[in-house]
Amino acid sequence: MAECDCSNQKEQKERKDVTVVCRCEDITLEKIREYIDKGITDLEQLKRLLRVGMGPCQGRTCTPLIIREIAAVTGKPLSEVPLTTFRPPTAPVKLGVLAGGECDD
Amino acid sequence: MTKTAEAIVIGGGIIGCATAYNLAKLGCKNVVLVEEKYLASGATGRCGAGVRMQWGTEPNCLLSRDSIRMFESLEEELEYNDSIEFKQSGYLLLAYNEKMVEQFHKNLGLQHKLGIPSRWVTPEEAREIVPHLNIQGLHGATFCEKDGHCNPFKATDAYAGAAKRLGVEILTYTRVTNLLKYGDKIKGVETTAGTIEAPMVISCAGSYTRELGRMVGVDIPVYPERHQILVTEPVEPLQGPMVMSFYHGIYCQQVPHGGFVMGLGDPNEIKDYNTDSTWHFMQEMAAKITFILPVLKELRVVRQWAGLYDLTPDKTQILGAVAEVPGFYVAAGFSGHGFMVAPVVGKLMAEVMLGKEHEYPIDMYGFQRFASGNLYVEPSVV
Repeated sequence: MAECDCSNQKEQKERKDVTVVCRCEDITLEKIREYIDKGITDLEQLKRLLRVGMGPCQGRTCTPLIIREIAAVTGKPLSEVPLTTFRPPTAPVKLGVLAGGECDD
Repeated sequence: MTKTAEAIVIGGGIIGCATAYNLAKLGCKNVVLVEEKYLASGATGRCGAGVRMQWGTEPNCLLSRDSIRMFESLEEELEYNDSIEFKQSGYLLLAYNEKMVEQFHKNLGLQHKLGIPSRWVTPEEAREIVPHLNIQGLHGATFCEKDGHCNPFKATDAYAGAAKRLGVEILTYTRVTNLLKYGDKIKGVETTAGTIEAPMVISCAGSYTRELGRMVGVDIPVYPERHQILVTEPVEPLQGPMVMSFYHGIYCQQVPHGGFVMGLGDPNEIKDYNTDSTWHFMQEMAAKITFILPVLKELRVVRQWAGLYDLTPDKTQILGAVAEVPGFYVAAGFSGHGFMVAPVVGKLMAEVMLGKEHEYPIDMYGFQRFASGNLYVEPSVV
């Protein structure tokens, strides 16, 4: 049992830094922290350099997680970390549907 | 608090970052770049990310031809550890009527004179280049395999990083509120972070250049015009070249990441600073692109946005010194194609400001041309 716990802990430790934060673009917490450590604490910049929040979910998953990291480093309250512009469409839409003459599935 | 600099660059898009980098590289010791928001937050970061040599005027052909050559080795030059996602899979420009055929042949003549490897292709040949192209109504096209794509955020980041390593100070979220003069000469800028004095100030601020010009009593004809754009979900590589139709006013390219980026020029657009997205654009873009490239109808739009072209009356950029205000320089009015000419423009502007020799006919780009009437009207703009 002790052995098992030990390897589990080790595994946990190794896995700690491969937490995927942006699932659309496959960006890890490690990568985000690496950029924040370089001094890039502006979500606008992180978005453009790492593509976080540029995928189909448009940051619904990753934005709250990333601003928490930014807040921790900058010491700002979460509510004061500036967000990026939320862009339309709210959900992905096929070009064929937008062009008319086709039903959405 | 007043500080001093040798040169002040206004604007943190790629033109500003490239100019600041080149100033420092040429030995300018104390360069300050002032950006109102974050780097590439204006026209650069909102552009279609295409780079092409296929233009219809000598000024544009020269700048883009040599800039693309510079993009080829930009990562090494700037010691960038990331990728600027530069790829050369060509631009296919579609002609839908005789007038366009004639114009394109005229453009090819000019391009060939300047050593640009573009060529005329028949509709069938065009379909060999882009197999899913609908050639209905197509009279032909021109193709240049050296044209392509580059990531505007990464390229700007590369220039900014290299500039910083050479000692350039970059002030983001800092707005220039006034330009200062001493007699006729430029003296510096007032910003939201204090006054900076310098004998040289350059506006790389896109459409805002007009407002900066007014602060020193000069009317620089640069107008903002909204252009909208969208990107689809990423898919497997499907289309190498940028496909562009001046007849439909559209362009569309699959970027290395896999998404298709496409935009549309609206001739009825009002000239102001509006950057809202519209539903009308989505519908019109979708209708036009699914006609030209029908296979794209299966792709989902993930995001739409808008940016501002900094338009001039002849759709050609304004580069050089402002004669009325010694020490004040302008690199603006790129009319939708500033990103792709930035490597040369950054180098050229630094050379001009520091009185070095340069290989470009700078007078051709000066804004005095609007008074003399010697315009270079660019026909090949979406």
